[in-house]
Amino acid sequence: MSLLIPIAAMSVLGLLFAVGLVLAYKKLQVPIDPRLDKVAAALPQANCGACGYPGCQALAEAILSGQATPESCPVGSNEVAREIAGIMGVEAGAMTKKFARVHCRGTTTAAKPRGRYLGLPECRPAHLLGGNTLCQFGCMGFGDCVRACPFEAMAMGPDGLPVVFEARCTGCGRCVEACPRQIMELHSADQDVLVFCRSTDRGPVARKVCDNACIGCGICVRDFPEAVTMENFLARVVDYKKIPPERMSELDKCPTKAIGKIGGRCD
Amino acid sequence: MNLLLLLVSAILINNFVLHYFLGICPFLGVSKKINASFSMGIAVTFVLTLTAVVSWAINHWLLIPFHLEYLQIVSFILVIASLVQLVEMFVRKTSPPLYQALGIYLPLITVNCSIMGLALLASLKEYGFLETVVFGIGAGSGFTLAIVLLAAVREQLELADIPKPFRGAPIALIVAGIIALAFLGFSGMIKP
Repeated sequence: MSLLIPIAAMSVLGLLFAVGLVLAYKKLQVPIDPRLDKVAAALPQANCGACGYPGCQALAEAILSGQATPESCPVGSNEVAREIAGIMGVEAGAMTKKFARVHCRGTTTAAKPRGRYLGLPECRPAHLLGGNTLCQFGCMGFGDCVRACPFEAMAMGPDGLPVVFEARCTGCGRCVEACPRQIMELHSADQDVLVFCRSTDRGPVARKVCDNACIGCGICVRDFPEAVTMENFLARVVDYKKIPPERMSELDKCPTKAIGKIGGRCD
Repeated sequence: MNLLLLLVSAILINNFVLHYFLGICPFLGVSKKINASFSMGIAVTFVLTLTAVVSWAINHWLLIPFHLEYLQIVSFILVIASLVQLVEMFVRKTSPPLYQALGIYLPLITVNCSIMGLALLASLKEYGFLETVVFGIGAGSGFTLAIVLLAAVREQLELADIPKPFRGAPIALIVAGIIALAFLGFSGMIKP
């Protein structure tokens, strides 16, 4: 009996306030734009924040007020953009799909180890202590990026490098933020050539610490001066469209195969 | 006379923000513009007074007769949450610009500890109905006074040449501390 009194008291109290609030809501209801709910429903509801707004609801409000364009959601496909544009009654701009790419080929066999690392099995603490490989730019393989991925689009491969599943990758960029060594980067889906290395070590050093490192020899820059540049002994693809498919095989001249076609070896 | 003393004491001496250090979140969050901070103060005062009244009623007519004092915190939270919802609806209906200006801090009144603090303090000190109302109004006015003071200083600070590391929140905290120190001077005025 003594237990029932507090339960009853709180229930009555809660009910009273609920009724009061409902009545007040009826009286003070503000008509909101019916498109808001529709736009919010069209968004993926992943609340990943890749658009720069706190969540899908906030983006929907921004789209409605004209601060954001219908194609602002990097996660949603072109269909989402078109659907929202349809709700809003405007034309959707073309959206280029982006995928996260792994800029390292320092597999467990290629990258030379640097003693035994016994700390937390995560990339950030390991990076603070210099990592587990001699290369200070390469993947340490603890999978911060995989854990950061909200779409289960990544996994650690058997060779110690993360793998991105294009079918699931939405290009939200969480893995890019998660990696302490900036190995992940977003590239538009049609880019097929990449430099799979982040090492700015000089050639001899880079070659010593990893078999697959870019050693800055400059062969690719010589062959494709408009497409590739060299900075700090690291090649970088600046305009992949300048490498025609029929000349793609020339990239095989790279002595460490650090530059090449995506999907060639282990990504 | 007693009530007047209680009012002055709640505004100046036992100021909720500057003496008890309750409700610091909106105190720093909405004190960039005098207008918005004044509205925030009014909204908090409204919620404070209503909460004081309703929680007094609940305390005296429900909790104490049934010996349920241990439910104070839970039931007061219920009161505060409902009242804030009410205020939010009201502000949204009557003044959308104010709703925009207060932003997230309006629903955050719910978790403003000064309101919970007021309800608990009033029951702890066993205030009567009238005393509770005056205490609520006084606490709200004190909050409004403090936040408007800080906003006035911060508006001036916008134009001042502040060393880079102190810009924004750090200088606001320092100013808040100095205002609190100044208010400490009131504490000798009334004997406890």
